[in-house]
Amino acid sequence: MSAMLKIIDIGMNHETAPVELRECLGGDDDHTRKALALMRNLDVVREGLFLSTCNRVEALFVVDEADAAKESVISLMAELGGVHIQDLAPCLYALEQMDAVRHVFNVASSLDSMVVGEPQILGQIKEAYALATREKTSGVILNRLMHRAFHVAKRVRSETEICGSAVSISYAAVELAKKIFHVLEGKQILLVGAGEMAELAARHLLTNGVSSLTVANRTFERAVQVARNFNGRAVSFEEIDCELLNADIVITSTASKDYVITQGQVKKCLKKRRNRPLFFIDIAVPRDVQPEVHDLTSVYLYDIDDLKGVVALNMAQRKEEAVKAGRIVEEEVGKFEKWLKTLAVVPTIVSLRDKAESIIQAEFVKSRSVLDQLTPTQHEAVETLARSIVEKMLNDPIVFLKGRAGRSSLNTYLDLTKRLFRLNGMEAEGAGKGEHGD
Amino acid sequence: MGFFWFHAALFFVLLASGGFIVYLIKQAKWVYRVSNWILFAGFLLHTVFLAYRYYMLGTAPVLNLKSALSFFSWTIVLAYLILQVRFRLMVLGSFVAPFAAVLMIVSSTLPLVEGPVSPVFKSLWLTVHVSTIFFGDGLFVITFLSAIMYLIQERQIKLKRLGSFYQRLPSLATLDAINYHSLIYGFLFLTIGMVTGSMYAQTALGSYWQWDPKEVLSLISWLFYAALLHQRLAVGWQGRRSAIMSIVCFGVLIFTFVGVSLLMGGYHSFSSMGAR
Repeated sequence: MSAMLKIIDIGMNHETAPVELRECLGGDDDHTRKALALMRNLDVVREGLFLSTCNRVEALFVVDEADAAKESVISLMAELGGVHIQDLAPCLYALEQMDAVRHVFNVASSLDSMVVGEPQILGQIKEAYALATREKTSGVILNRLMHRAFHVAKRVRSETEICGSAVSISYAAVELAKKIFHVLEGKQILLVGAGEMAELAARHLLTNGVSSLTVANRTFERAVQVARNFNGRAVSFEEIDCELLNADIVITSTASKDYVITQGQVKKCLKKRRNRPLFFIDIAVPRDVQPEVHDLTSVYLYDIDDLKGVVALNMAQRKEEAVKAGRIVEEEVGKFEKWLKTLAVVPTIVSLRDKAESIIQAEFVKSRSVLDQLTPTQHEAVETLARSIVEKMLNDPIVFLKGRAGRSSLNTYLDLTKRLFRLNGMEAEGAGKGEHGD
Repeated sequence: MGFFWFHAALFFVLLASGGFIVYLIKQAKWVYRVSNWILFAGFLLHTVFLAYRYYMLGTAPVLNLKSALSFFSWTIVLAYLILQVRFRLMVLGSFVAPFAAVLMIVSSTLPLVEGPVSPVFKSLWLTVHVSTIFFGDGLFVITFLSAIMYLIQERQIKLKRLGSFYQRLPSLATLDAINYHSLIYGFLFLTIGMVTGSMYAQTALGSYWQWDPKEVLSLISWLFYAALLHQRLAVGWQGRRSAIMSIVCFGVLIFTFVGVSLLMGGYHSFSSMGAR
């Protein structure tokens, strides 16, 4: 019976769904708890797990009947997000069995992330799994699957360099800043203009320890607004000269057609800065910082193309690493598949053992009058004797059945075993135990 | 017998150099750790050798170029090991160990010419004078090597070609910090060495200063380093400029060390030491 159990993953990620839709389904723990409760109410779903982050939503579950379950889970997701099924369905992918397993492994190792190699996703999955165990929606198969997923993520992290190199422009900027300043603690950022990219880069620098941030913008109100987001200070555009004396990292992203910062301007402040290094990150197109600034001593200017170059260099390196990571995932998918197949033999083995146990019990009852005369030690010895005989008798058939797991001839052998030992009457009970035991 | 220890030390330092270079290429941390221990073992063997020589001669074994180079390489490794406690800069070993190994190889190829040691050299003053100067020089080697590493790394960032050396070398700030610290302590020891030297001259020769070529050149290199230190502390030089300047200073220092001893006369020259 358990051979029919299916692992299914229905979800969407940054590639398949627009952010507005992901937002509808994403949410806090309560949201996830509600999703799990809904999933538990579905009769077809045996085990379930629900993951939602800002970049993806995944419903992972184990069912008997795939098609019916898929439909009900999709309508569940639509209900949860308050969207129409027609809007939702085209953005979803539905994966079955080993495809679903592979997908879970990829997600956990951050191979499927928008920023490949970013470390947060593993923590988010661990949380989702913890919630599923607390809500008791996770069973034998999901427990095993999730633990393997954590293991795969760990292997990918330690055996490949995929998490090591800069993966996006803002990461590249942070890495460069570290090669110049070593530590970013105590360093100051000056943000000139306030584009989305610049804010992203600034955020990365702040999470890496940069302590203070100043925002300069043509419209002062906007500067104040951005500064509030970062707990920073707002200054007017005219104060840039003055701010250049204190800043260590300058990120520019204005829409200006002319250079906002010129070589002369920077040159003037170098002496007062006592030659401390100054790192310009120019994200604007057209550029904001005069390219000749880069020629000054201890001043480094990287524009968007330079940073893209750095990323491309890392990308090439990462392709090799991705192949390595893919191999690890495949290896682990293979192992999991093997384990999953042994599950099919479990009910038969369990009922075999149950039958043996009931025979022992029955025989003990029959011989009770004789056995009662024995001392407790002798009684124990007889019981041990009986059990080990049975255990040894059953061992070879069990090993044989496990060895057949995953082969096409398995069903014939299972059938034969059931007939040889007359297990049919007990099968249902045994199967139940085999699948639901935690 | 004594030179057995030296050759054993040379073997270990060479082995460590090889290890450090493998580390530089392969980036495996255990290779670095093993190499560091091997270098430390080589250093201990070298210490045994120097102690043995000190015991045999009755004074610091620095009276000819062969011995001086050996002693110099010992102080370089010492300076490295001490700085390593604070900075733990793994890549530094890949530069320092080969440098020390080359000096030791040069030392081992030079012939041993040794007469009886003149009583004037059997003085504690000489030992203090020579070991402080040499330790200062050892630190200046680190200053020099970190300056070279700085210039390599800075060039990669300037050219925006972030190759494999970019990954392997530490940050500019770290390199500059090592350059700065080894400079300060190196200067301190050089100064102590020169002061004790002139006191030694007073007790042994009856005069603090005799315009000996080595004395004059030492003063010049001291002034060079003093200028660099001044620029760093007062003017706020750092990074590229001070890296270039420390390389220039090191050139003057090496000329003082080797040039005078071999080319010019004076009582600091090795030939005069054998003669006396």
